[in-house]
Amino acid sequence: MRALTWHGKHDVRVETVDDPEIINPRDAIIKITSTAICGSDLHLYDGFIPTMKAGDILGHEFMGEVVETGVKSTLKKGQRVVVPFTIACGSCYHCGKHQYSACDNGNPADNQDLGMELYGQPMSGLFGYSHLTGGYAGGQAEYVRVPFSDTGPIVIPDGLDDDEVLFLSDILPTGWQAAENADIEPGDTVAVWGCGPVGLFAVQSAFLMGAQRVIAIDHFPHRLELAKKFGAETINFEESKTYEALMAMTGGIGPDAVIDAVGLEAHGFFVDNVIDQIKASTFLGTDRPHSIRQAILACRKGGRVSMPAVYGGFVDKFPLGAFMEKGLTLKTGQTSVQHYMPALLNAVIEKKIDTTFLISHRLGLEEAAQGYKMFHDNQNEVTKVVLKPGLAPTPAGKESRHV
Amino acid sequence: MTLPKDDAPASTAKSQEGITAGIGELRGPKGDALASWSVTINRPHGDLYTFFHDFAHLPQIMDNVDHVEVIDALRSHWVVKAPAGHLVEWDAIITEEKEGELIAWTSIEGADIAHAGRITFQDAGARGTVVTATIAYHPPGGLLGKTIAKLFQREPEIQVRRDLRRFKQLMETGEIATNARTTKQFDEEMA
Ligand SMILES: NC(=O)c1ccc[n+]([C@@H]2O[C@H](COP(=O)([O-])OP(=O)(O)OC[C@H]3O[C@@H](n4cnc5c(N)ncnc54)[C@H](O)[C@@H]3O)[C@@H](O)[C@H]2O)c1
Ligand SMILES: [Zn+2]
Ligand SMILES: [Zn+2]
Repeated sequence: MRALTWHGKHDVRVETVDDPEIINPRDAIIKITSTAICGSDLHLYDGFIPTMKAGDILGHEFMGEVVETGVKSTLKKGQRVVVPFTIACGSCYHCGKHQYSACDNGNPADNQDLGMELYGQPMSGLFGYSHLTGGYAGGQAEYVRVPFSDTGPIVIPDGLDDDEVLFLSDILPTGWQAAENADIEPGDTVAVWGCGPVGLFAVQSAFLMGAQRVIAIDHFPHRLELAKKFGAETINFEESKTYEALMAMTGGIGPDAVIDAVGLEAHGFFVDNVIDQIKASTFLGTDRPHSIRQAILACRKGGRVSMPAVYGGFVDKFPLGAFMEKGLTLKTGQTSVQHYMPALLNAVIEKKIDTTFLISHRLGLEEAAQGYKMFHDNQNEVTKVVLKPGLAPTPAGKESRHV
Repeated sequence: MTLPKDDAPASTAKSQEGITAGIGELRGPKGDALASWSVTINRPHGDLYTFFHDFAHLPQIMDNVDHVEVIDALRSHWVVKAPAGHLVEWDAIITEEKEGELIAWTSIEGADIAHAGRITFQDAGARGTVVTATIAYHPPGGLLGKTIAKLFQREPEIQVRRDLRRFKQLMETGEIATNARTTKQFDEEMA
C-alpha cells in the first residue's frame, strides 16, 4: 500500500510499504477514505517529538471502511467507521472510568518504560505518534490496523459525508473536552489562546456550554475571522497587547476561564534527550509569547485553566506563584475520545456543531508531503488539510503547491 | 538502637540491610539484589492464580522464556532464550503455594541462573487484584549477575515490569498489545 512516512525534520514521504494484517483477535483492518493532518503532526514534522523512527507511518485522524476483522472484532465488513486517535482497551480500570486516554493496555509493554521514566506512569497508546505512545502505524495511508476494534471505532450511519464526521477522531472531542475542562458557568467569559482546529472547536463548544462571551487570541487574521463567525470577540496578538486587552475587555477582572489551545510549538518542548537541540533551534530563537504563562496571568482569581495543548517535558518560568496565590484550577490531558464520540456524532447529525467549515484543502494521499508543507508554512489560509487516498491529484491540489 | 521500620516493601529499601531482610523472606539460593514490581489487574485473584499456577502458560507473557515443561506438581523445567540464538535451561521447584494467594519457587541447585521468586495475588475489591512479583538474584557485576544481565539483556527489574504488564494485558483484554503492522514484523519481534 501507499503511506505517508516520517524520515526526519521536515522530511515526510509517500512510500510503498507492506499492507497491514490482522495480528490480534480484536483487530480490524480499515481502508482509509479520509485522513487529516493535525497540529500535533506538525510537532512531529518539526522534529520536536522524541522516539520517532525513520519509516514510521503518521496520522491519527482517520476514517474508512472495514475490510477485514479479527475473530473477536464486533465490526462488520463494509461498515464505515471513524477511529479515535487514542488506543484504549475498554476493560481496564481507567477505561471503566471513561478515562480512555489513560488506558493501561493500549501501549505495548516494552514501549511503556520510557513514559514511566519521563512521567512517572506510562502513556497510553496513540496512532502514528512516536514510540513513546506505542509505535503504532498511523492512518495517513491506504489501510491501517486498528487494535481493540470492538470498543474504539464508531459506526457512521448512512447519509453523512466523511467531511462531516472525520473530526470525531480527535479535534472535535478535543475542543469539546477543552471547554468541559474549563467548567464553564452561565454568564462566564472564556478566553481561548490559538484559533487552530482545536481552539475553534473549543470556541463553539464554550458557547454551547453557556459561556456568555468567548475571546479568541491568535495572529492569523483568517483564523480569527473563523472564530468571529462563531460569535467570538478577537485579539490579534501582533496588533494588540493580549494581557492588557483581556483586562480591559473584562472590566479589570480577567476571564473566568482560560483555554490554551496553542501548545509546545510556541514555547519549546523539553525532554532530557532533546533539550540541547531544542534550545539551540527553537526555544531561544522564538519571541512568541508563552501562551500558558499568559493564560495563567490573565485568568481571574479563583478561575479555571484548561490546557488541551500538548506539552512534552519541562517548561521554564511556569508562574507557579500566580497559580497558587490566585487559587486557580488546571485541567488537561490527551482527549478521552471514546467518551465523547456518541454524543458529538449526534450533535453533528442535529447540526448543532459545524465541522466542515474548517477544511481548507482536500488532497490525494500522494500529495500528503505537500499537505504538510502547506499546513506548516501557511497557517493563515491552510486551516485543515484532509487527505483522500482515492482522490487523484487535482488541479486545485497542484495549484496549492504554489501557495 | 533500631528504628521502627516503615511500611514500604523491602525491595524499595535504600540500605543493603533492608534489602537483605526482604531477600530473607524468600526460600532458596539468594543473591543480594531484589527486583520487585506490582500491577493491579481488573480480574478476580482466583482467575489470575489459576492462569499463573500452570507454568506452561508463562511463555505467553514472559518474552524471554521459550517454553516451560511441567514435570510434576512441584517441579518444572525452564528453557530460556539467550542472545545469539542460545538457550539456557534450569529446573525450578515450588517452595510454597497458597491457593489463590501466593506461589513461591526457587531454582534447583546447580542451575545456571540461580534465583528465587515469589508472586502474590492480593484482593483489591472493585479494582481487581494487586499482583506483586519479587525475584532475588545476583546483581550484574558478580559472575552470576553478569550472566543474568546478559541473558535478559536488561535489568531484571525492567524484565519483571514488562512481564507483569503483559500478564495484565492478557488477563484484562484477552490479548497482548503489539504495534506490529504485519505478521512478518510480529514474528520478527517474537523471535
Ligand atoms: N489534548 C489532545 O488530545 C490534543 C488533541 C489534538 C491536538 N492537541 C494539541 O492542541 C494544540 C492545537 O492544535 P491545532 O491542531 O489547533 O494546532 P494549530 O497549529 O493548527 O493551531 C495553533 C494556533 O495557535 C496559534 N498561536 C501560536 N502562538 C500563539 C500565541 N502565543 N498566542 C495565541 N495563539 C498562538 C497559531 O497561530 C495557530 O493558529 C496543539 O498543541 C496540538 O498538539 C491536543
Ligand atoms: Zn490530532
Ligand atoms: Zn483500557
